Amino acid sequence: MTPTTTRAADGVRPPGGTTPGKATPGARPAPAAGRRQGRRETLAGYLFLTPWCVGILLLTLGPMLVSLYLAFTDYNLFDSPRWIGFKNFQDLFADDRWWTSVQVTLKYVLIGTPLKLAAALAVALLLVKPRKGQGFYRSAFYAPSLIGASVSIGVVWRAIFNDNAIVDKSMSLFGWDVGGWIGDPDWALPTLVTLTVWQFGAPMVIFLAGLKQVPSELYEAAEMDGAGRWRRFRSITLPMISPVLFFNLLLELIHSFQVFTSAVVIAGSGTNTGGPGDSLLVYGWYLYEQGFRNLRMGYAAAMAWMLMLGIGLVTAVLFKTQRGWVHYEEDAR
Amino acid sequence: MSGFVAAVGRWRVRSVIWHVGALAVLAVILYPVVWVIGGSFKPGDQIVGSLQLLPTDPITDNYRRLSDGIADVPISTFFTNSLLLAVGSVIGVLFSCSLAAYAFARIRFAGRNALFTLMISTLLLPFQVLIIPQYILFQKLDLINTYVPLLLGKYLAADAFFVFLMVQFMRGLPRELDEAARLDGCGHLRIYWNIVLPLCRPALITSAIFTFIWSWNDFIGPLLYLNEPDKYTVSMGLKLFIDQDSVADYGGMVAMSMVALLPVLLFFLAFQRYLVEGAATSGLKG
Repeated sequence: MTPTTTRAADGVRPPGGTTPGKATPGARPAPAAGRRQGRRETLAGYLFLTPWCVGILLLTLGPMLVSLYLAFTDYNLFDSPRWIGFKNFQDLFADDRWWTSVQVTLKYVLIGTPLKLAAALAVALLLVKPRKGQGFYRSAFYAPSLIGASVSIGVVWRAIFNDNAIVDKSMSLFGWDVGGWIGDPDWALPTLVTLTVWQFGAPMVIFLAGLKQVPSELYEAAEMDGAGRWRRFRSITLPMISPVLFFNLLLELIHSFQVFTSAVVIAGSGTNTGGPGDSLLVYGWYLYEQGFRNLRMGYAAAMAWMLMLGIGLVTAVLFKTQRGWVHYEEDAR
Repeated sequence: MSGFVAAVGRWRVRSVIWHVGALAVLAVILYPVVWVIGGSFKPGDQIVGSLQLLPTDPITDNYRRLSDGIADVPISTFFTNSLLLAVGSVIGVLFSCSLAAYAFARIRFAGRNALFTLMISTLLLPFQVLIIPQYILFQKLDLINTYVPLLLGKYLAADAFFVFLMVQFMRGLPRELDEAARLDGCGHLRIYWNIVLPLCRPALITSAIFTFIWSWNDFIGPLLYLNEPDKYTVSMGLKLFIDQDSVADYGGMVAMSMVALLPVLLFFLAFQRYLVEGAATSGLKG
């Protein structure tokens, strides 16, 4: 299957090329053999990548092309797709519920992500100094990230934030009467946002790893210069962890745009999909509803591409602004 | 001397304050988990609305009722189905992702960098773009209501996250190992199987546990592809409960939530070190 070689020390050779002076004398192959070696390596590479290559063609790139095509068609899964040009996109812009889903999702992303990252960073700062039981805390705070997107936790959230349930009642004990959470169009989305903030453990763990790499000499020097706590955080911690912050921000944004399970479960998937007054009509659910309930596959494909465009735009903006606020160590030198 | 005592005292007080604070935050964070455990042992009418976290007289009725099954399907069926899918996913991910990772991390071949970039960029791709054509594909192949759509991607290294995780790990292994093995006449297949894979155990364990948990929690996959209750997973069994618009059986629903969470919680307790470290390394060195 794989090319075996008796020639020595050739594993690091770039394909086709020879690296003069580097190979051990006597074991150094002639240029022709080197080229053959390169071809062999390439063959081996693709053999190992076969499952991945099949996967990316069959399950990713192929479907992307198909969905791009479908976005310009009217297709119900049974009749053959009918080309309708940009009509799906025109319909989207005229579709009130689509706008609702865009707004709900944007609110969820723009409020939930900063809160989640702030919570993650705050707890990471709390846990960064070595203390007794640190490993225990770290793991316990991480746990919600694993279960947060499950149906079970959606059910729990629904029960805890139900009108007249625990959260509602405890809040009114403190004199803050919201008057229902998931039944109230104004408070249903905040309920969903708390669920995403609750899962701050995954970015927290990444923040912790980043914080541990900040050299302590920097803090010592700053302290000698009389910099206070806040000053040290702003001038040392934040710039030093900005690559990690960037990574977390990117990942969480992309992730949040695709929210599905928790929104569906909290909204209740009976007749009341989308929650009270469609206040929980997240983008992913509306897409599912149009595609798989109403069998408007072309329309749903157009929705998917608008989402892709949105995420691409956000990613591009982040990467563009990154020069301004993300500091990589190489730049400093 | 008294200064020393005072310093130790101050350190102690600070430490106590720190722990009290951390435990308070933890209590809020873990409240929902304790709530679902407590709720599953309460009678149905005391679950929502009661401010009491733990039951006064714990009952097991909720679980007993579950054992009668949901929609004429015994609960063990959902459990077996979920387990089958999770184990099948783990095998697939370990096999396909480690092969791809070995190629990206240890073989120099033409086009490697471009393909690696392509692989990483699939991390950014929203799944919504793919589900419609994928559904159509599986429908044309007559594979709806089978487990093939839920498993195929795992055997074709579609989870870029795990490929990335393993690449990161494999890059950390010393190159001299490969070179020594090559001198002994080993090919890539043997280096992969006999040297790299055994050394990658931590990364493989992390990937296996993540795969298990994500597969167990998966909702949209089964929702799209399964339409007969006896093929349903635990998540879908739970969905049968929430579909009844006015929930009559709150006790059963909470017990079912608990049953769905239990394997994940147990896995977490057993392997938390790997999970936390695996999550941390995914953010660094990138």
